[in-house]
Amino acid sequence: MNFGIIVFPSSNCERDCFYVIKDVIEQPVRFIWHKERDLKGIDCVILPGGFSYGDYLRSGAIARFSPIMESVKEFAEKGGLVLGICNGFQILTEAGLLPGALGRNNGLKFICKYVSIRIERTDTPFTMEYREGEIVKMPIAHNEGNYYIDDTLSIKDQVVLRYYEENPNGAIDNIAGIVNKKGNVFGLMPHPERCSEEILGSEDGRRIFTSIVRSL
Amino acid sequence: MRTKEELKRISMSLEEYEMVKSLLGREPNDLELGMIAVMWSEHCGYKHSKKTLKLFPTSGPYVLQGPGENAGVIKLDEEVALVMKMESHNHPSAIEPYQGAATGVGGIVRDILAMGARPIALLDSLRFGQLDNPRTRYLFSGVVSGIAGYGNCIGVPTVGGELAFERPYTDNPLVNVMCVGLLKGRLMTGKATGVGNSLILVGASTGRDGIHGATFASVELTDESIERRPAVQAGDPFMEKLLIEAVLEAIEKSDAIIGLQDMGAAGITSSASEMAARGGFGVEIEVTKVPQREKGMTPEEIMISESQERMLFCVKKSREEELRALFEKWGLNFAVIGEVILDRVIRIKEKGKVMGEVPIDILTEDVPAYDLKPEEPKEMKRLQIVEDIPSIENYEDALLRLLASPNCSSSHWVYQQYDHMVETNTVGIGTGASVLRVKGKDYLIGVTTDEEGRYCYLDPYTGGMMVVAEAARNLICTGAEPLAITDGLNFGNPEDPEIAWYFVEAVKGMSEAARRLNIPVISGNVSFYNESEKYTVYPTPIVGMVGKIEKLEYMCSPSFKDEEDIIYTIGEPGNLGGSIFIEELIGEVRGKPKLDIVLEVKLQPILLKAIRMGIIKSAQDVSRGGLAIALAECSIWGNLGVEIDIDTNLPKRELLFGEAQPVIIVSVTPEKEKEIEELFKGMPLRKIGRVNGDSLKIKINGEEIINIEILELEKVWKSGIKRWMK
Repeated sequence: MNFGIIVFPSSNCERDCFYVIKDVIEQPVRFIWHKERDLKGIDCVILPGGFSYGDYLRSGAIARFSPIMESVKEFAEKGGLVLGICNGFQILTEAGLLPGALGRNNGLKFICKYVSIRIERTDTPFTMEYREGEIVKMPIAHNEGNYYIDDTLSIKDQVVLRYYEENPNGAIDNIAGIVNKKGNVFGLMPHPERCSEEILGSEDGRRIFTSIVRSL
Repeated sequence: MRTKEELKRISMSLEEYEMVKSLLGREPNDLELGMIAVMWSEHCGYKHSKKTLKLFPTSGPYVLQGPGENAGVIKLDEEVALVMKMESHNHPSAIEPYQGAATGVGGIVRDILAMGARPIALLDSLRFGQLDNPRTRYLFSGVVSGIAGYGNCIGVPTVGGELAFERPYTDNPLVNVMCVGLLKGRLMTGKATGVGNSLILVGASTGRDGIHGATFASVELTDESIERRPAVQAGDPFMEKLLIEAVLEAIEKSDAIIGLQDMGAAGITSSASEMAARGGFGVEIEVTKVPQREKGMTPEEIMISESQERMLFCVKKSREEELRALFEKWGLNFAVIGEVILDRVIRIKEKGKVMGEVPIDILTEDVPAYDLKPEEPKEMKRLQIVEDIPSIENYEDALLRLLASPNCSSSHWVYQQYDHMVETNTVGIGTGASVLRVKGKDYLIGVTTDEEGRYCYLDPYTGGMMVVAEAARNLICTGAEPLAITDGLNFGNPEDPEIAWYFVEAVKGMSEAARRLNIPVISGNVSFYNESEKYTVYPTPIVGMVGKIEKLEYMCSPSFKDEEDIIYTIGEPGNLGGSIFIEELIGEVRGKPKLDIVLEVKLQPILLKAIRMGIIKSAQDVSRGGLAIALAECSIWGNLGVEIDIDTNLPKRELLFGEAQPVIIVSVTPEKEKEIEELFKGMPLRKIGRVNGDSLKIKINGEEIINIEILELEKVWKSGIKRWMK
């Protein structure tokens, strides 16, 4: 299972993802600079969190024009697994790989804290190691996590994660993470790489990564 | 000859101008005078502080780099060193809170980067006026947003700090940012050596922002200050993040780098002249080679601009191109702007024509150092006496009132706006000192900032000792052995004899405690002139301290852990002098703070030993608000009630809300009672109760005076700041 982590200018969670994959779940992984185009040998592409291009204009809006994104699109069309975390999720919606958009949090402030998440689907390659309806704790850290889509019915089967009990940012229908129709592109606002080790207070995120490994 | 008005504009006295003339042997031109003025500003030149700062102990077995470089460095093990520094950005934050605070973060991060280290944590020590003032709320909210906006984007977690709201900070808030970095490769320094080697400016382009920022920071704030908004720089965290990655990659991949330095206050002038001074050489700079973002900038403007996100490198001649490719990959400017020369001068050229030349010594060594004229304030004795300590009937009300005070309550409103988890090293946060792991190592790092302006205002010597002692105590309560200090000294106008007295006494007190506890001061910052027409800030020395937790099992936290655990106090609770209680009830800061330094020195190593032996399950330092507040916090964090039962001769209010130091609350399992009593033999150790139920119950001399549910306490504690910031 080969992971590739895309590095945009001002990504800032790429090294955290790298550490979890290499040292916690012990799988091969490499960084891919956003100006590259080659995804050869990669089984799963990760778009990490951060502030690509400083979030200027709109988060994810500039990163989607990076040369690598064309390759990511082709890769996704061929059924390759794509995981977008936080800013990565924002880039995936900007690039049209996932439906909807992420707007400013309701309180207009950055929020960094643990939230409760309900696992809505376990038949995806990203969540197969969870139980359906399981409540897990994961941290969020974002300014723009307020998920919006005009017609929630159109994606009702694509919702994988929902905020449970407390909606921290105003996201419609409590949506915290969705997949595309095919189920091979997954975007989520919580940071699973920040809760994959006991020493950090929670291991609830690790199964996102081990699910991916098991799926192949 | 210059008029007094001309000199006032650059904050230089007539005497200083005469000195410049005699050192130079002629009249300086505008460019030369501009450069000298910024380097002779208090902010860059430490004119009123450098003699006093010599009191600090600065050496120790772990110290790799003490004061005098971009940041201090200590050794953690054979492979890893820790880099730390604190810096203030008070005046910019008073005028333009968002950018002032943001650029404060940016500057300190580059100081750490300049040593070759990756920045891994930020801490902020913040002081504002009281929240009933709308401008205070504007400043507070702006500063927090600025720190968040910048720190979150560059991916350096903000893991700690502290916060207080007191009237003297109304016009002049204090924003001190500490950064910690980890160094795994070569220790870099800010020096320029070797004739012909290149001076290279990397990062952002140069504009007119921050012209004379350093001189602006070296006078009191007035109504006119607002007109000096152009003196406040604007930050670009995206550029900073690129700079961090590019610089670290460059240091790792290339051995062509001789030295590097942040371009902070006084811009190219200070970085070039300081690098030359350290290297023992001179530098020649061609200003037209500096990438500019504005048209028609004069050489003076280019030389003293404080545009952010720039650094200066000294690189081996003809090795520039290998580095250029790397910086250009990150989309950064990479401009050869000059070279190292043998003459120990800074020579400025424009299109090849010499526009000015100043000996390096005039800019560095020859900065005047003034003797302070300290004089104890006459009202000192009066301040230290509290005639009528208000008596209270309802202790529950008093506890809830203190708990709801923004000075005692939870700061989650603030730290939820900071990304405190990025880098995935944050193991403990929000309860005293913060704890970070070091990936690949068994040990962890404890880090804290501490400060109590109230104590220093009432007794600067004792207050100075307390701030060092408390920081060390906070670290020990996490299981960390304190290793080093970085300081941030914030005072009013040092030319005022009473301010000078406060400054000298506080530094003496800090030095004394640092010496007795054997913790060296390895870097720091001084900020004077923190006053407006109406207020002078409390004398506010801040201590940033780091320590090492040898392994995870030694880590300790303040929250109560299990029912039936026995609760002890170590130390003698009491003394309302300088307490929040007095301030809340009589609206004034009065009394004499108290520290038993002899007990402190004896107690700290034993406490650390007891934690390492696994005897102690929780440890909490008693500080603001006293014993009652500290117990409430341990209960809230542990979500466990307590039953306290104490017999005392002290007035109840003094026992509950006094802030004497050192006092520590610890909990142990009943089986370990003998062991702890044995360990602390000869010290004031007292069993005060046990962990039980879901309420905080306090009985004094047999009478129950407090019984409040933990959920209720938590609600009140969390409301303190939030209720103002809707």
